[in-house]
Amino acid sequence: MNFNTKIRFDFVGNRNKFFLFSIALTVIGILSLLIFNLNLGVDFKAGTNMDISVGKAVSQQEAKDILTQIGIEGVTPTVGGTGNQRVSARFDEVLAQPKIVEIQNAFKAAYGDQVSAEVNVVSPDMARELGIKTIWAVLIASVGIMIYVMIRFEWRFALAANIAILYDAFVVVALFSIFRLEVDLPFIAAVLTTIGYSINDKIVIFDRIRENLRFGKYKNRDQLSEMVNASLWQTMERNIYTVLAVLVIAVCLFVFGSHSIKLFALAKIIGLTSGAYSSICIASPLWLLLKGKEKPKVAVKSSTSS
Amino acid sequence: MFGKRIVAFLAIVVVMFGVIAWTSPAIVKDVRLGLDLKGGFEVLYEAEPLEGGQAVTPETLKETARSLASRIDELGIVEPEITTEGTNRIRLRLAGVTNEDEVRKLLAKPINLTFRAPDGTIELDGSDFVQNGAGVGYDNLGKPFVTIKLKDGAKFEEVTGRLIGQYLAIYLDDEELSRPGVSQAIPGGSATITGNYTNDEAKALRDTINLGSLPLKLVEKYTQSVGASLGLASLKDTVEAGIIGTIIILVFLIILFRIPGVVAGITVITYVWLLLIVFNLMNATLTLPGIAAFALGVGMAVDANIIMYERIKEEIRSGKSLLSSLKAGSKHSMRTIMDANITNIIASAVLYYIGNGAIRGFALTMIFSILISMVTNIFFSRFLLMLIIKSNLFNKPSYYGVKEAEIREL
Repeated sequence: MNFNTKIRFDFVGNRNKFFLFSIALTVIGILSLLIFNLNLGVDFKAGTNMDISVGKAVSQQEAKDILTQIGIEGVTPTVGGTGNQRVSARFDEVLAQPKIVEIQNAFKAAYGDQVSAEVNVVSPDMARELGIKTIWAVLIASVGIMIYVMIRFEWRFALAANIAILYDAFVVVALFSIFRLEVDLPFIAAVLTTIGYSINDKIVIFDRIRENLRFGKYKNRDQLSEMVNASLWQTMERNIYTVLAVLVIAVCLFVFGSHSIKLFALAKIIGLTSGAYSSICIASPLWLLLKGKEKPKVAVKSSTSS
Repeated sequence: MFGKRIVAFLAIVVVMFGVIAWTSPAIVKDVRLGLDLKGGFEVLYEAEPLEGGQAVTPETLKETARSLASRIDELGIVEPEITTEGTNRIRLRLAGVTNEDEVRKLLAKPINLTFRAPDGTIELDGSDFVQNGAGVGYDNLGKPFVTIKLKDGAKFEEVTGRLIGQYLAIYLDDEELSRPGVSQAIPGGSATITGNYTNDEAKALRDTINLGSLPLKLVEKYTQSVGASLGLASLKDTVEAGIIGTIIILVFLIILFRIPGVVAGITVITYVWLLLIVFNLMNATLTLPGIAAFALGVGMAVDANIIMYERIKEEIRSGKSLLSSLKAGSKHSMRTIMDANITNIIASAVLYYIGNGAIRGFALTMIFSILISMVTNIFFSRFLLMLIIKSNLFNKPSYYGVKEAEIREL
């Protein structure tokens, strides 16, 4: 069979390495989640989050001292942003409004009136409610997409694609757990849109596999995997460009965007990268694996017809 | 002959960009910014019945939301967003508020309606009134009066009996609203309050009494407050990030796809402009995640172009003419593009359903951006390319990013 593509790497042949890598990452992710859990932001864990733009360079110790002065101990603020002008502090308890004003005033007293803050306060039952809603959202979205792919293709494509997109969503969650990055509401948006977006490459590849399947006869497993490899390379350029287009935006948001959008952008970057990887290295070989299981039947048919 | 087509193409592009350049400043000015970009605060209240009061019903919740709205109006805050959620929640968004502290204190206060004797003793309070029992009536001369209903007729008779010839002042918190006189003891538990009310005043008094009869306590469940200068900085940074990303993508598109790349650039700009218009028409609020969705939407709009152009390139390589490559390429890529868009809409719709506040803004922006990108980056893009190809001015494959050597003989 000549598919007239520049085959540079045998993805299908090396599938076990990819499977192994992904399974390892998944296991590490599960372990990390079990041991460290997620670094839940204020949206999911009751408490108060303050993000203060000071307008001047500030050190972590200075920020901590200001909090200690007004009687808040045991909270370690983080400092970041352009020129270290931003202080973020997370309090495990729900701070009352007068206390928040007191903190803001303490910073104003130290750095002047340009101090500007973003404050989020979430009560425990709201946080719990949101957590439950989120898990539902991921499940509903993936089932919806699975049904759609099942209608458009067949169950093997749908199953392979769905395993791969759930894997992508999980990789985002796992990496956020491993690197102790804060999980907030926009993070959920990033995970859910990862699911929606990551399916695209898979559909492009599966479309091509199906097209090639229709126009050729594949008598044995080798020919089938040869065809999958060829399909991957035929769509490679397109898939890389499309992912790059969105990735460029996500990277720009991460590098130049405002503080509160950075983590969202990072989650998108992880999701997009994982999505590109899983389309090529997981979803397609997985489909082949599922397809290969019914090979005996095909072999009998093709041997009688030829 | 072919000149006509390229003239049409240029005319469309020039007119389009002229309109965009002309209308954009006004459109951008009209965009309603969310409180995370403009500064302000958001509070989610949960309404609870005040000591032993009745359970919260949809009516009482709406009434409470309305009273919050009127309190906010008194403060002169523009465009408050007040919505009721579920069975017992009220979400309040106030953008551009500077005296947040005062506003919140005022809003959290329960509605305290009292009827007081001249010496200041409280004779009746909100809980003495039948819920939603007050109304407005008109006498023969068309003058409005307010009717009230009390739970305990005997108590009212006793109070009015004691105060004959005096008055029973109506207070909301510590503000005297009205001072109706008492001419006789009123039996039966219902009464009318007449005075020199205008229609609006009478209605306002009715609403206040009704509200006072629904003793709800508002508990803050979630609050978000953003300083104005912080919001402005977020807006600037994130918009800049989006613009930088878009420019990089457009440059890449032109390098990779040449002429179609230029067409993609034109359609992407049109897409942003249209999305902003739709945004304003819907009166939607642009939030920070919304801007991120806007920018990501550019990436996804471009996706549609890339999928189509790659397919067209393939068709050109297989030896077809430019025109039939365009036709075959856009036909074959259509399904894939639709699949990509539909799956994204599914995910965004789920997000809209579960999300709240800024996340809803994100999901909504995502859905609109997908719908609009279908118009601009599939159909408009194909139409422009068709004009260019039919003009025969750009008929070398290299204009479409295909090397001559790659083309196979048919």
